[in-house]
Amino acid sequence: MSGNTSTRTVTILKTGPQALVQDLGRPGNAHLGVPPSGALDQQSLKLANRLVGNEEGAAGLELLLGGAELRTETACTIAVTGPSTEVRVDGRLEDSHQPLHLAPGRTVSIGTPATGLRTYVAISGGIDAEEELGSRSTDLLSGIGPDPLRDNDVLRLGTPGQPNHADVVPPAQALQTLVIPIRLGPRDDWFEDAETQLRQGVWTVSDRSNRVGARLNGTKLNRRDGEIPSEGMITGAVQVPPDGQPVVFLNDHPTTGGYPVIGVVDHHHLHFLGQARPGTTVRFKPVD
Amino acid sequence: MLLRRCGTDALLVEVDSLSEVAAVRAALQHLDGIEELVPAARTVLVKGALTEVRNVLRTVDLANVPPTTPREITIPVIYDGPDLDMVAETAGTTPDDVVKQHTAATYEVAFCGFAPGFAYLTGLPQQLRQPRLDSPRTKVPQGSVGIAGEFTAAYPRSTPGGWRLIGRTEITLFDAKAETPALMQPGDQVRFVIA
Repeated sequence: MSGNTSTRTVTILKTGPQALVQDLGRPGNAHLGVPPSGALDQQSLKLANRLVGNEEGAAGLELLLGGAELRTETACTIAVTGPSTEVRVDGRLEDSHQPLHLAPGRTVSIGTPATGLRTYVAISGGIDAEEELGSRSTDLLSGIGPDPLRDNDVLRLGTPGQPNHADVVPPAQALQTLVIPIRLGPRDDWFEDAETQLRQGVWTVSDRSNRVGARLNGTKLNRRDGEIPSEGMITGAVQVPPDGQPVVFLNDHPTTGGYPVIGVVDHHHLHFLGQARPGTTVRFKPVD
Repeated sequence: MLLRRCGTDALLVEVDSLSEVAAVRAALQHLDGIEELVPAARTVLVKGALTEVRNVLRTVDLANVPPTTPREITIPVIYDGPDLDMVAETAGTTPDDVVKQHTAATYEVAFCGFAPGFAYLTGLPQQLRQPRLDSPRTKVPQGSVGIAGEFTAAYPRSTPGGWRLIGRTEITLFDAKAETPALMQPGDQVRFVIA
């Protein structure tokens, strides 16, 4: 630490498999070719921020399969949310989903969640990374926003707000089987009886999934051959490449694409896909 | 014009030409409550304010883009691209004439996509319209200026790409940290000049 006592920081001692800075993203820039980005499980990030007295949209950490360790360099409040996971402070077991008031020099270790994929860490004041297009989120497709974190990175924090008196919130369990509501269109006419194909199919989440999209393996969706002139894509669009294996676009998706979109997943259900481990069973439920 | 449903809060407006895309975009761009407005080759994706959007689209005149005063952007180009000779040969002319034609035309940003700040420019002279490379390059250097089909474009950063490259620019095309990150936005007018 430098002698500058006005700078509040935390040090990321270990990132685990992947640690990213995420807030609620930068929607509204698709016409420039810029993806929305932002936390894949926004409910969990918002909850973590509320627990430490931040605005819901403050930047926190999005950890993939936990495994991170950080050290407080200032007095701060930290909350860990997402699927149930072990949290230790200087080796002592603490609870996730509640505010932890920490003195400087404490080491916080975050375990691997028993279910699900992504753990969120909010720190009072929020992570004060430089904003790009109004957001501090790391966009892995475009390379906009802070670089993915590395061991021993020091993160500057903003000014803390007034901690609220939230109760302990029970952690969620990620489900082994997802039934995802989907609305047909805009290109369901590329598929013979799109509704039946979607309703009867069964897929598993592929290990090639990432923040760009949840790739699904399973029932082949039969479609016409060919491509569409590139057209705008929204988060939740289910794109079907020629191999018939659907991809559900998540927050770092390309803003345009040339494969037909059979349907769009309601954004209220996207966090389930953001938390779905490879191997999770996925079915679609076409709705009006 | 066909309105295609895109989830609960977006529509894909499908039309027949780039000029109709421009008409739809111009009709919608100042509506309150629109969260995303994404023109493309034959479509405009619009998210938010769908009731107002449907009302506007009921009366939109696709044949006439309302007159605007577009921003004018000039891009200096060093015309030494690796495909310049091939483009000249395919066009049945000389490299000098390719440069002359490319710098004489006025272009318009039809839409952006592929990468942040990658603008598809229409207005390419007929003689320069050519297909993509048979085999795309794995790495096109940042600033490369190329042509493909009815479009010309400049690569804001190094990416894979299959456009025929006729030159390069040293101007910054996209800077996420800048107040206006993208040099070119849909509707802008663009000219290329010899650097």
